[in-house]
Order: sequence, then structure tokens, then C-alpha cells
Amino acid sequence: MKSNRKLILQLCGATVGMFLFGFALVPLYDVFCDITGLNGKLELVAKKNTGVIDTSRAIKVQFIANTNENMPWDFVAKDVEMTVHPGENARADFFVQNLTNEQMVGQAIVSVSPSIGAKYFHKTQCFCFDRQVLNGKQAQEVSVLFSLDTDLPDRVKKITLSYTFFDITDLQPVAAN
Amino acid sequence: MTSAVGHHHGPATGITRWLFTTNHKDIGSMYLIFSLLMFFIGGSMALVIRMELVEPGLQVVQPEFFNQMTTMHGLIMVFGAVMPAFVGLANWMVPLMIGAPDMALPRLNNFSFWLLPFAFFMLLSTLVMDGGAPDFGWTFYAPLSTTYAPPSVTFFIFAIHLAGVSSILGAINVIVTIMNMRAPTMSYMKMPLFVWTWLITAFLLVAVMPVLAGTVTMMLTDIHFGTSFFDAGGGGDPVLFQHLFWFFGHPEVYIMILPAFGIISQIVPTFSRKPLFGYASMVYATSSIALLSFTVWAHHMFTVGIPLVGELFFMYATMLISVPTGVKVFNWVATMFRGSMTFETPMLFAIAFIVLFTIGGFSGLMLAISPADFQYHDTYFVVAHFHYVLVPGAVFSIMAAAYYWMPKWTGNMYDEYLGKCHFWCSFVGLNLTFFPMHFVGLAGMPRRIPDYSIQFADFNLVSSLGGFLFGFSQLIFVLVVVKCVKGGKKAEAVVWEGAEGLEWQVPSPAPYHTFETPPEVK
Repeated sequence: MKSNRKLILQLCGATVGMFLFGFALVPLYDVFCDITGLNGKLELVAKKNTGVIDTSRAIKVQFIANTNENMPWDFVAKDVEMTVHPGENARADFFVQNLTNEQMVGQAIVSVSPSIGAKYFHKTQCFCFDRQVLNGKQAQEVSVLFSLDTDLPDRVKKITLSYTFFDITDLQPVAAN
Repeated sequence: MTSAVGHHHGPATGITRWLFTTNHKDIGSMYLIFSLLMFFIGGSMALVIRMELVEPGLQVVQPEFFNQMTTMHGLIMVFGAVMPAFVGLANWMVPLMIGAPDMALPRLNNFSFWLLPFAFFMLLSTLVMDGGAPDFGWTFYAPLSTTYAPPSVTFFIFAIHLAGVSSILGAINVIVTIMNMRAPTMSYMKMPLFVWTWLITAFLLVAVMPVLAGTVTMMLTDIHFGTSFFDAGGGGDPVLFQHLFWFFGHPEVYIMILPAFGIISQIVPTFSRKPLFGYASMVYATSSIALLSFTVWAHHMFTVGIPLVGELFFMYATMLISVPTGVKVFNWVATMFRGSMTFETPMLFAIAFIVLFTIGGFSGLMLAISPADFQYHDTYFVVAHFHYVLVPGAVFSIMAAAYYWMPKWTGNMYDEYLGKCHFWCSFVGLNLTFFPMHFVGLAGMPRRIPDYSIQFADFNLVSSLGGFLFGFSQLIFVLVVVKCVKGGKKAEAVVWEGAEGLEWQVPSPAPYHTFETPPEVK
């Protein structure tokens, strides 16, 4: 009977362990994506352009503007699609308006598709680096300055950037994600 | 062998026998009856679905209710019918097959069973609640199951918790029983394959049911306590839900099929009158299927936008599983090869299992090809695939096991004629139901939708007719069971001519207490 007890304790331990492992997977997936660059998440830091321009190919860059379901802002991409050479500096403009009467704080989060493109997409300046503070009904133009890395794999012909604005008015002023 | 007399008492009388029993045979019977009841409840929901799909357009039920039916059908069949049926078979047969007097933890055994009626009462009660039952599919993807869920989702979450606790406790019990209570001379490599496959299944249960519990706990806190595990607005990720769910979900499909492999490996040698071909390779194949099952979960998620490397990895890993599975099919066929075969009802179900499960395996291989999966994803082709592995797979193996061991349980032979009727009606019914789904799926009919385009009408009518044939022919099974419990030709200790194993050393019906002294194993 003693060996039963030991085995039962081990199995209960395994059960508790796997329950905790389920929760550990939440940060682990993020760590995994950070290391491998999967999931299309961009680094929110400005990058310097090397200055070399690869004119032999042109890449289509598309912009999608969304708002989170709880975000009462209007957000539109003015440049829906453009063609750029790798290494070339480009600029895309967006229109954003606070539709409420109160001051709100928003933060845009970007996702790149195909995700392999994420690490070759360099932003020299972006409205998504900062929190956007808009007064009631205030409208504003925001923009992103970017360039594509000349090392971008050949099979990538088109890159789509999807920006989503989130309401962070109630959050402490910390950099989101 | 020892009988029920002596210093041990027999079963208690009345309802207390069932409420307080710690006897593995009583608990096994309760599990089996419970799962049969759930099989009929889940089956009636499937018939509601098939009734609505008889012709295009909406005629019988509202789309909202249709969604509740697809969801509840899946949940009840997976957690209420198939899993408890296998636990019931394990309760009855594992101690008899390894020469143990009972399960290692008999009181825990009682507790794990009695959790189930409460879990499923709670789940079924959502059908009459405001806002209706869960309607987000049995895979309950967030945000459908969180942000957009009906209020009854909380009851669903606790039902899953209860059923999960029951499964985990049952699995721990099986592991302790098999590892510590085998007859002294029974080494691991002498264990019957049903025992082996259940041991591996139990480890899978201990590994993944807690992850499911964690996932539904995250849903609970997302819904009620303001966390954002799966809500992008709060920094979470809805795709994370799918990763967590399928980390549980893929091993779960092997939880529902490995014991079936074990059952088939018991039945085929008996009716071929030959020992199982490749016993050791069967054990290794089962273990490698179990290990590989942890590395393939994202093949359910090929279309969510995982990177190319991921698509390739999960495609190849999934295809790799067909190798050990192929070994098993080969071994079963080789066992039958040049055997003195007879075709009693258990053998008919077992052979149908091998043929039809292989068809389901092949459509699984098609789905594993990730570029092709973009076409197949969420169509009726997927529905056809998993019903081919679960109905003639899991369900047929359970039926085969019931016919195979029923004379041992009741002491009476079942009605062979009715058994064969049951088999052929089920066989024809299920193929009529699920085979046309391959075609409508390839042509693009989406799953879980109550209405469909007119070009799918003929195949859907065939599916519905087949569904009703399959559903109602299960009543024959109830008749067989009732007749067999009530009486019939007395069964001998060795019920089947070619049967090997310790369970045939005890008289039929198996006495209330067996193997109080461990038997000799050759």
C-alpha cells in the first residue's frame, strides 16, 4: 500500500503540474514568438535605414486600419496601397478621429502579414510608438515612415500592415505591449 | 475460482448498492449504462441536426437552436458517451484481465463516477436557460465562447470542470491499478493489449485534462473577473485559445481511440483463433502515437495564419502518425491472415472498425496536407473525417467490446440474430450518413450551418436518411442488452472458443468478488 501512496502522489503532482503548465503556456507562447519572430509582431522601436535601395524589385505594401470593438474612434488608412523598393523611404498617412465628446487616449497595435515580413519592416517613425491623446471630436492625421529591408526574402511580394486602435484611457500611462 | 460466499458479503440491496458501491463491476456497469444514456441523448440531438438538413432552407428549428444542437451533440458524445464508456470497460475488464481483486482506489472510483451525472445534468440544464445552451461549437473557440457567449456558458465551464476531474481521477485509478496490482507473474510485456492501451490513455488523460481545466478557468476569469487571456482589447490573444484547446484536443482524440485499438486487438485474435501478430510492435506503436499526439496540435489551425515553418512542421508531424497507425492496421490484418475465422457480432464490429477506421485515417491524411487543408477546413469533409474515426472507430469498438464481454458480465449469451441485425443496420446507416459528407465537403459545404446551397440537397437527404437508420438501429442494441440481462442461453467460463486471457478463467457471470488470490500467469 505504501507504493500506492507514492504513485498516487506522483500522479496528483503531475496533474497539478499540467494545470499550471497550461497557464505557463500563456507567456511561453509569447516568449517563443519573440525568439522566433513569428506571429507578425513588430518591434516598437525606430530603426535606421542603411541607405541602399534595391530597385530590381518592387513590393506592394497595403495598410488596413481597424478599431477595437470597444474603441469609439474613426480610423481610416488614407494610403491603402503603395509600391516601394526595398531600402526606399516611404510614408503612409492615416486619419483618426475621436467620435466621443470626452478626451481619450488610444494606442495602435500593428500586425504584419505574412509574419515573415515583420522583421524586414523597419519603421523610422510611427504613430504607433506613442499613445495618441485626442480631445472630444478632435480629428488628426497620423503617419508612419518606413522602409523595407533589402534582405527581404524574394518570395514576399506583398506585405500587409494591419493597425488596430485600442482604448487605453483607463490604463496607467505605460507603453502598451 | 472463489465465489461470492465466504467471509465476504455480496452486493448490498436496493439503491444503496449503486450509491455507495466500491465494486469495480458495479461501477463499470454504471459507467456503461450512463454512457449509453448519453449516447441516446447526444444521438437525438444529431437527429435534430439531420432533420433540419433534410432539405435546404430553414424548416424545423431556428438557427440559434441548431447551433446549440451541434455544440451539445459534440460535447455530450465526447465527454458523456465515448469517454465514460471506455472508463466503464476499464473498470469491468482491467482488474479481471490483470488478475486483481478490484481497482486500486475503490472509493475514488465511486466518486469519479458520481461526478458525471451532476456534470451532465448541469450541462443539459443549460438547454432550458435564458439565452439557451452553449452555441459556440464543441471546440468553444474564444471569443465566441467568451465575449459572445450566452449566459449559460458558466454552467458549461463548471460541467467541463466536473467531467474533467472525473476523468483525471479515473485515469489515476487505472494507472495505480495497472502498475501496482497485476498478478505477480504478469510482467508489463505479458499484459493484454486492452490493458496496455488503457495505461497509455490514462497517462494522456493526466497530461492533458488539466490543461483543458486551465483553459476553461481562463475563460471563466475572462468572462467574470476582468482578465484578458483571450481578449485582444486587453492584451490577450484569441488564437492563444486555439493553441491551448488543441494542446488538449489532439491528445484527446487519441484518448478516444487508443482503448479502441486495445479492444480490437483482443477481439481479432479470438475470432481468428491465432495469437495477435506483432504484440510488441503494437505496444510500441501505441506509445509512439501517444507521444506524437503532443506535437501535432496546430494541424487544426492551419488557416489561422501560422507561419510557413509551422505549417510544414505540423504537416509532417501529422503524417508521421500514420506510420505507427499503419503498423497497427497491418498487424490486425496479419492476425486474421490464414486464421480460422468466424464472424460473430463482436468480430463483425471489429472488422468494420478496421476497414472504416482506415478510411477515416486516409481522409485525415488528406486533411494533414496543409495547402489542401485550406480548401477542406471547416467543411463537411472534416465532419466526414472525424465521424469516420469516431463512429465506426470509437463507437463500434465499444459495441464490439459490449458484445464480446456481455456473456461474461451477465452470464447469458446475447441474441446473435439481433446482434447481427444491429451490426448490419448500423453499418449501412453510418456509411449512408457519413460517406456523402466527403463529397459535399469537397464541394465546399461549410459545417455547423443550418441551411445550404441547393446543389448539396441530394447528398444531404441521403445523409439524413442514413442518420435516422443509424440512430434507430441503436434501439436494437438496447433490446439485445435487456434480453441478455434477463436471460438466454447460459454462457460458459470461456465464452469464445479462441479466447485467451485471465477474464475467461472466472465463471460467467463473473462473481461479485474475483481474484482474491492472484492467479498464475503463464
